[in-house]
Amino acid sequence: MSRENGDAARATAEAVARRSYGKLVAFLAARTRNVAAAEDALSDAFAAALADWPVNGIPAQPEAWLMTTARRRTIDAGRRRRVREDAADDLKVMTEELQAMEKMSGDVPDDRLALMFACAHPAIDPTVRAPLILQTILGFDAATIASAFLVAPATMGQRLVRAKNKIKQAGIPFRVPERAELSERLDSVLEAIYAAFTEGWSDPAGTEVRRRNLAEEGIWLGRLIASLLPDEPEALGLLALMLFAEARRGARRDPRGDYVPLAEQDTTLWDTGLIEEAEALLFRASTEDSIGRYQLEAAIQSAHVVRRTKGRADWAAIEHLYDALSAITHSPVVAINRAIAIAETQGPAAGLAALDALAVDHRLREYQPYWAARAGLLAQTEHVDDADLAYERAIGLESDPAVRRFLQERRSRIRR
Amino acid sequence: MQYLLLIYGNESAMLAASKETAGQMLAAYAAYTEAIKKAGVYVGSNRLRPTSDATSVRISNDKTKVLNGPYAETKEQLGGYYMIDVPDLDAALSWASRCPGASHGTIEVRPVWTM
Repeated sequence: MSRENGDAARATAEAVARRSYGKLVAFLAARTRNVAAAEDALSDAFAAALADWPVNGIPAQPEAWLMTTARRRTIDAGRRRRVREDAADDLKVMTEELQAMEKMSGDVPDDRLALMFACAHPAIDPTVRAPLILQTILGFDAATIASAFLVAPATMGQRLVRAKNKIKQAGIPFRVPERAELSERLDSVLEAIYAAFTEGWSDPAGTEVRRRNLAEEGIWLGRLIASLLPDEPEALGLLALMLFAEARRGARRDPRGDYVPLAEQDTTLWDTGLIEEAEALLFRASTEDSIGRYQLEAAIQSAHVVRRTKGRADWAAIEHLYDALSAITHSPVVAINRAIAIAETQGPAAGLAALDALAVDHRLREYQPYWAARAGLLAQTEHVDDADLAYERAIGLESDPAVRRFLQERRSRIRR
Repeated sequence: MQYLLLIYGNESAMLAASKETAGQMLAAYAAYTEAIKKAGVYVGSNRLRPTSDATSVRISNDKTKVLNGPYAETKEQLGGYYMIDVPDLDAALSWASRCPGASHGTIEVRPVWTM
């Protein structure tokens, strides 16, 4: 095997994995409802691809090749075991599918939405729905999901296994729900899509291809949901929110790679096309007259974006929107942002008082934005020593080197 | 797939119900049973006598202990069941939600363990 062939095969396998992982899992699991088996078979198929493609060349339809290989491996594994009756049924279904697939043109049907709704089924533990979608649609491993959701990796792993068992054993269908029950089921699907997006968004420099793709994948899923449910204001709101954020990607780092906070970003670097698309979506959502979390968050982004034309963000609107959002979500993170808005409208002392009111929440002690916000306001109100300590906490809790450098620079300014 | 729909409700309230209410309830269950049969998903069903007629058995220290009463004292008691055969959980849940008992108590939906 030549080195070049090997690299090309690996790159193709990785590209297919990124683009099609969820599609392959969804299709493999749709009829048997056995998500874990589909994932196992798929990972075998990717391993087989890495051995086969460098020797025999990359197939014309890599997706279909992986699908057929995965299916054949499941069937073989099933035959090797002395199968029980229910597994025998699965085998029959899969064998039929394999035969049908060999006649197909190579396009694998897209069952991702059906899979997402299965993962977000009311019979699934609410805390595991979003992680489950991230794992099955995007191929996240349990450790990555655990860190995104602030849960121990072993705990997350167990929850995911239990949820997949439930899908199989309780007979949860792979199907987009009927209109009547759609909107309540939609909430957890949207939450998972947004979680995927923010996970990718946390790598602003785009140095990790896999994470950058997550933000793109999140937007892709958002577009898919919005196109399928054009009358669901929250689906439109979520897409608008993600597009507003994406529009600012290029402005979040200066040419040296240093972090630039939203209020200091060069607005000429914002992507006008994405902003206009987001504004249009938000307007369309507002005509449905049903407010929700994502529309409010998108509206906050819109009020920030006003700075592009008016020179200053609409802080009064931002404060009101955070009030409304806080009433819906009761999230400490939202409350921090609300305090920052209050600091803009009523002065840093008022903002600081709002932050003080949050200090009872123990979760905030290990939350970098709380300490960064606190440090900034303490510095503005000349509480030099307290500001220094708060910056130290924030720096200690930050994992992104660029943000850490930014906080260190701000800290060094206090005593100047 | 086969699912057992377990009907839990407040049996003392049921027993204390007026003749008219009880009659309406029985008629509602009769119509429900008929609908399940017409849909071709019926496997079996029964109403159970109240927990005051229940006897529990347990072996401890090689001795069989027979106890008067149900396995557990609960606010809502198992009052009957339906066994249905439907394609998936959503279908089972939709039958469970139509059960007259769902508006008074709780229907627990359990897939049958296929051996």
